[in-house]
Amino acid sequence: MALETKASRNTRCFHCGDAVLHEVYETDGHTFCCLGCQSVYRILSGNNMHQYYRYNNHPGKKKAEHSERYEYLDEAAIADKLIDFKNDGLTVVTFYIPAIHCSSCIWLLEHLYKLNPAIVRSQTDFMKKHVNITIKHQELSIRGLVELLDDLGYAPKITLQDVVKAGRKFSQKGLIAKIAVAGFCFGNSMMLSFPEYFGMAAFEAKYSMFFGWMNFAFSLPVLLYSGRDYFTSAWQSLRHRRLNLDVPLALGIAVLFIRTGWEVFTGSGPGFADTLCGLVFFLLVGRWVQQRTYHHISFERDYRSYFPVAVTRIIEDNRKPVPLADIRVGDRLLVRNGEIVPADAILLKGDANIDFSFVTGESEPVSKVLGEIIYAGGRQLGGAIELEVVKAVSQSYLTQLWNNDAFKPYERKFRTFSNVVSRYFTVALLTIAISAMAYWFFQGDPVKAWGAFTAVLIIGCPCALALSGPFTLSAALSIFDRNHFYIKNTAAIEQLAAIDCLVFDKTGTISSPNASRIHFDGELTPTELAMVVAVAQNSSHPLSRELVNWAGVVTPMGAVDFREVTGKGIEATVSGRNVRLGSGMFVGITDTTSGTARGSRVYVAIDGEVRGCFVATQPWRPQLKAVIDSLGNDYALNLISGDHDKDREELRAVFPGTSELLFNRLPIEKLEYIRSLQAQGGAVCMFGDGLNDAGALKQANLGVAVSDDINNFSPGCDAVLDGRSFGLLPRFFGFAKDVRKVIHMSFGISLVYNAVGLSFAVMGTMSPLFAAILMPLSTVTIIGFTTVATRIFATKRQLTHNVS
Amino acid sequence: MSAIFFLIGCSVFIALIFLAAFFWANKTGQHDDTYTPSIRMLFDDEVENAEAEEGQDRAT
Repeated sequence: MALETKASRNTRCFHCGDAVLHEVYETDGHTFCCLGCQSVYRILSGNNMHQYYRYNNHPGKKKAEHSERYEYLDEAAIADKLIDFKNDGLTVVTFYIPAIHCSSCIWLLEHLYKLNPAIVRSQTDFMKKHVNITIKHQELSIRGLVELLDDLGYAPKITLQDVVKAGRKFSQKGLIAKIAVAGFCFGNSMMLSFPEYFGMAAFEAKYSMFFGWMNFAFSLPVLLYSGRDYFTSAWQSLRHRRLNLDVPLALGIAVLFIRTGWEVFTGSGPGFADTLCGLVFFLLVGRWVQQRTYHHISFERDYRSYFPVAVTRIIEDNRKPVPLADIRVGDRLLVRNGEIVPADAILLKGDANIDFSFVTGESEPVSKVLGEIIYAGGRQLGGAIELEVVKAVSQSYLTQLWNNDAFKPYERKFRTFSNVVSRYFTVALLTIAISAMAYWFFQGDPVKAWGAFTAVLIIGCPCALALSGPFTLSAALSIFDRNHFYIKNTAAIEQLAAIDCLVFDKTGTISSPNASRIHFDGELTPTELAMVVAVAQNSSHPLSRELVNWAGVVTPMGAVDFREVTGKGIEATVSGRNVRLGSGMFVGITDTTSGTARGSRVYVAIDGEVRGCFVATQPWRPQLKAVIDSLGNDYALNLISGDHDKDREELRAVFPGTSELLFNRLPIEKLEYIRSLQAQGGAVCMFGDGLNDAGALKQANLGVAVSDDINNFSPGCDAVLDGRSFGLLPRFFGFAKDVRKVIHMSFGISLVYNAVGLSFAVMGTMSPLFAAILMPLSTVTIIGFTTVATRIFATKRQLTHNVS
Repeated sequence: MSAIFFLIGCSVFIALIFLAAFFWANKTGQHDDTYTPSIRMLFDDEVENAEAEEGQDRAT
């Protein structure tokens, strides 16, 4: 339509930076886009907190459409679950606040005491988006605190599955302490070994005994404390009759220690204490690098973090928030606009208009009539409704999915390359060691036999081998991270490289939920359009906002007698004419089923005459065609959706002819479908976004949740892909394969080092100095090679630039 | 030359102090958040007369 004018919008909201379309909100010479932004500014300027706006331009974030209700926080049983610590006067609580994004946020959240003197102290952890707040609970309740934060646009995310506390369980402090001890001993024993390596005169020989004993003493804590995990891990893998890389490592460490002790006790040599300490130190650093997370996204979410913490229960006209766990069959619940139905329930009162998009993948809200069952997980749009619970929360249709076998808690074990190689490596190493010993023994030289045996195990210790995986993968992890592809752990990258079949969900995954394409079916004059805009401006409904945005700049007109019927539409009088926007029923059409086009419709009626309708569709992600085309050559591509097949024709043209396009699938059917693909020998990667994909994501060899706001809920998965980076998918898959190549190459390099070392070792001629040089040299080579090679490949794939 | 025993003792002792300091820092959570303090230190100190300063800002 010709009216699609996007005129210059120079004015930006002083608070959030969004374009100001109609300058109605103004304070102190600053313009604001909405009342929410303006009120935050007023709170801050009223408390002398202008500094907030000084550190960054437009530091604020637009407030959510529907402010949550926090009455339930007055219930001690619920509030107590949130707090970390409480004594007579003070309460300490940690919140996860997704809105934290800049230094102004830190400043504001750490100066909360200026807004309310009952706040004693607040400290922000920027990377985790956590705020730790101490309050005097006699003066300020948890609810008051949360409402204050909400007023400022920093609403904390409070869910049943407390991500904040779960994240704290995992700590690397033990490992860091072990690294510290190993590093301390490594440095000292190296210092004490140097004189020996440089050669000592005869009269200095008495010191060599002393140095030897000191070295032995330093190797003790390394063996008993720092390196302990390798022995337990090796022991466990032997008990399960599997050979992992920890077996030769533990063997190497043990042999190093025994030989050091033997040489020191008998005075026959300086021992290998520095090599032992260095080995353990480097190995632990590798382990630390592998475990390090570059992000603070929870990958372990289930339905509990999607559901509200509390719901409103009605007992004899008495409304009271209760924790979700206390909901029993037969309870009467009140669900307001924007709230989630927490359990399967029968509709008793009100107009239910339920958005199931997140649960089933259906893109349009469903109307329910009185007496109909509403399944848990749907979000009510429109007025409040009353429900009677027919199934407990844990028995609901939606939550049953989590009782499936795929959700049995287990540690997902990927077969990593190093696991595969280590079996052969260990066997080969032991064979060489024993045959070298046997050879010298039958040559009649038992001393040399012992020397050769230990030397082989020492030099063959796969230190560099054990480091090549962690260093490569963690370098790759940080590159994926920078491109907004957040992978749970390093093993998942190897899994990514092994994938040969991709399955996509439709709604929210290959279509973009935030953007929408609007077009108008019908005829409107520019003046009439201006009238429509004048009415839509008064509403905060997302469709109204999009409509105003789409129309661009029009002649401002005044609307009077504005009336909003929640869930139905809006009406007002402009220039004496009645304008109605909303559902077909609202404007007086009875038959709204006509037309096959998908999308939400907003009908327009002026003076009772229907002029047409706005159709807002969720567009495909702009890069969809390109992504499918370039992945189609190497991967089997399939689509499985919970929605109707109205898009089949359109998608048929996008996907290659061999792909299956399945519609109307239940969550459990999605899971079964993945299982059937796996039974055919496929390594399946599932892309999904909603709870309906949760089963499939879990069952797939690699589950990727696609999300446009990574702080929002996404189901449990192995990786989270930011919608912005959807177009980079072919490059991500290519890069994962490059990474596997780098690991193979660095394995090759470390094997060369091992071969060189072994050729000396079997002769029984390996000196401690040789080991002390070879081990760190190979380690440094591997670290250097993997880092540089990963970077080169990333540059080749154009993944090193920051994508924003 | 027996000074060397004494010196090695001293060096190990000092190293142990550093190790203990590291353990203390690790235990008290000083390595938990390594990013936020770098921003926090850049915030201006509280100005007593914020109004006057605000006026100055406008003037410039």
